[in-house]
Amino acid sequence: MQPLLKVEGLKKSFGGVAALRDGRFELSGGSVHALCGGNGAGKSTFLSILMGIHKRDGGTILHRGKPVEFGSPAEALASGIAIIEQELSPVPHMTVAENIYLGREPSARFGGIDFKTMNRNAQALLDRLEFNISAREYMMNLSVAQMQLVEIAKALSHEADVIFMDEPTSAIGEKEAQHLFQAIGRLKAEGKGIVYVSHRLSEIFQIADSYTVFRDGAFVGAGRLADIDRRGLIRMIVGRELGEEYIKTNTPTEVTGLEVAGLSAPGKIENISFSARKGEIFGIYGLMGSGRTEIFNCLFGMDRPSAGEIRLDGRTVAIRQPSDAMAEGIAFVTEDRKLTGLNLTDSVRNNICLASLPEMSPAFVMQQRREQQASADMIARFAIKAARDTMPVSGLSGGNQQKVVLGKWFLREPRVLLLDEPTRGVDVGAKREIYRIICDFAAAGGTVVMISSEIDEILGMSDRILVMRQGRSAGIYGRQETDAQSLVHLST
Amino acid sequence: MSSLENKTSSTWLNSDRRRLIVQEYGIFLAFLLLVGILSVSNQFFLTPGNISNVLLQTSINGVLAIGMTFVILTRGIDLSVGSVVALAGMVSASFVTSSATAGVAGAPYPMVVALAVGILVGVGCGALVGFIVSRFSVPAFVATLGMLSAARGATLIYGGGKPVPALSPEFRWIGTGSILGIPMPVVLLAAVFLVSWWVLTRTRFGRYIYAVGGNPHAAKTSGLNVSRIRFLVYVISGALSGLAGMILSARTGSALPQAGIAYELDAIAAVVIGGTSLSGGVGRVTGTLIGALIIGVMNNGLDLMGIQSYYQQVLKGALIVGAVMLDQKRNQGV
Repeated sequence: MQPLLKVEGLKKSFGGVAALRDGRFELSGGSVHALCGGNGAGKSTFLSILMGIHKRDGGTILHRGKPVEFGSPAEALASGIAIIEQELSPVPHMTVAENIYLGREPSARFGGIDFKTMNRNAQALLDRLEFNISAREYMMNLSVAQMQLVEIAKALSHEADVIFMDEPTSAIGEKEAQHLFQAIGRLKAEGKGIVYVSHRLSEIFQIADSYTVFRDGAFVGAGRLADIDRRGLIRMIVGRELGEEYIKTNTPTEVTGLEVAGLSAPGKIENISFSARKGEIFGIYGLMGSGRTEIFNCLFGMDRPSAGEIRLDGRTVAIRQPSDAMAEGIAFVTEDRKLTGLNLTDSVRNNICLASLPEMSPAFVMQQRREQQASADMIARFAIKAARDTMPVSGLSGGNQQKVVLGKWFLREPRVLLLDEPTRGVDVGAKREIYRIICDFAAAGGTVVMISSEIDEILGMSDRILVMRQGRSAGIYGRQETDAQSLVHLST
Repeated sequence: MSSLENKTSSTWLNSDRRRLIVQEYGIFLAFLLLVGILSVSNQFFLTPGNISNVLLQTSINGVLAIGMTFVILTRGIDLSVGSVVALAGMVSASFVTSSATAGVAGAPYPMVVALAVGILVGVGCGALVGFIVSRFSVPAFVATLGMLSAARGATLIYGGGKPVPALSPEFRWIGTGSILGIPMPVVLLAAVFLVSWWVLTRTRFGRYIYAVGGNPHAAKTSGLNVSRIRFLVYVISGALSGLAGMILSARTGSALPQAGIAYELDAIAAVVIGGTSLSGGVGRVTGTLIGALIIGVMNNGLDLMGIQSYYQQVLKGALIVGAVMLDQKRNQGV
């Protein structure tokens, strides 16, 4: 059978630096193909060439056996290649149907838009895909997961037969992810070829049929997932043996570090109580919108709880704003490093020092030497890969950016570490290093509270797990007494 | 193969370095080019008298543009500077006038009193704007547009729509005097520039400004008091507008109710030409100073060439847009 998409020897350099040296790929219709690789492996470059965003320097792309070349995403889409990007960009104040047919609205008399036909077509498409979304709903009222489904519908409305999905589950919950996987299953049954890009290996093993691995800008290997195990795939991705994925080196003590009693914020969380011990990694698991992040917001003074107490080392503390929490030794690594963690326009050094400026420079004038020293310490401690610490933090890979955020907070020598999705969008190798940093911190007597929507991660790292469901606690479980199935069950 | 790679990587470094130089000093090079062209094409341009004249003409816009830089770095804008110039200029003038009808009771007071009053008026206007922007989350464009209208109205009410004439020689020294042969307005601009440069590059507060402009969410989660920093930049812009207002009335010898109209446009232009991003977090006060000088030199050069001021405005418009176009291209080239 002729492959739907066949790519050979794809090359691309940016300013003399090769981002992709040898991109090879083969996709057959009616299958889900996982594209794997660490950050910097060349996946994004590969996608952007196929999408027509960048021009290739060499290589061939055959779509249904015919060589193709795209000058823009619109051309790629017109020939049947669509992408669901990691960060969706819908027009929020337009309806679902308007978003699907943006730029191709059916016209009515006098050059107006034939809304009736447009809505009917959109609804028919959504129904065929069993998406359960109204075509007349405004985009802004949809959840991220629903927006992805609309993007899929949009791709199909273009008659796309090759659909790329770039980290589609990074912003949605487990249950929604399962819906998405069902949708992917239906696309597969229709004979479409789906290319699935994700750092989450368990998802890849769940839905994909075959895989291709890139490393350092070149093709490493491909095959059927049935013929490889998780360990083998990781070895291909990172290029060396990594040993156990989750290494726990911490042991909880009997001393309580952080205690939360009856914490409530109207409409967000209700009556949340838990206590995390020193040396413990306390996990919080729940779907998006289940109130996970809201707990942290209350603990860190970003939000004002209506009731409840926060105790540190047995002492009740009043936290009204982030600086109060910081003074008590709490650090908060937020969920979205680009949105709330980093100042992307600023340098690595300034980002590391941002939360410690008053301590480092008690007078009005900055102590540049101390900042330089602090930043050098953190870069060495966390092995942050940066050419210079004065380079913009936006130039680092996701994993290194996350380590800069960690460095910013570790510089304050916190006693309690709040981590919200600490490894989102981080590749396998950097993940491991972040786990080591977390474990070392706990092993040295620190208290860690960690939110994660990755089940493997929460089970692999936590000593105990609080499950959140619709703003309430669904119980606290030891790591031995629970498993993936029961976590999903409890959280929904 | 390896030699080829070496070759490409070394040319890449060169082009990278070249880009860095253009990025760091591009605006300065453009300024030198402009000065070079004008000094070749006109013999009067580089005479001490004309240089002093250019600096003098740049001083008021320079002071305003530096204040504007603080605001724009935090993703804000201050449209009210021109009106605050008029209000502060008029209120301070009323303390040093010898006119019996236009002055406050007991005038003329010593210059120091008028200076304090003028700065206070600016600080007051800035504080009001800053309070509205930081507490009520009113967009800076709207809040300062309101102040643009209100401060102009207040100026007309205060002076009854008439100028305040006959200012004391002591006060006029701010605008017409000189230290070591350097005109006072230029001395003041230099002082404002040096202090601002120091604050923005060497102090914690300066770093906070860049952090708030670069990513207000990250600044907040890092424990910064974002609304206080937002508040303070408008106070700074207001204070510098007050200073500029006094320089203006001291130079002309009387405070006019229609003073400073459209000054905000030149100030914003200087900031933008100087490479500060309107989306905040990126920019330098050095660039702003050069931006203001470019506008001053261009106006002066076109005057010397005998080109009508109408054409000057068209050219200035093209310059602003061109500068930002280059800036965008530079940013995309990464």
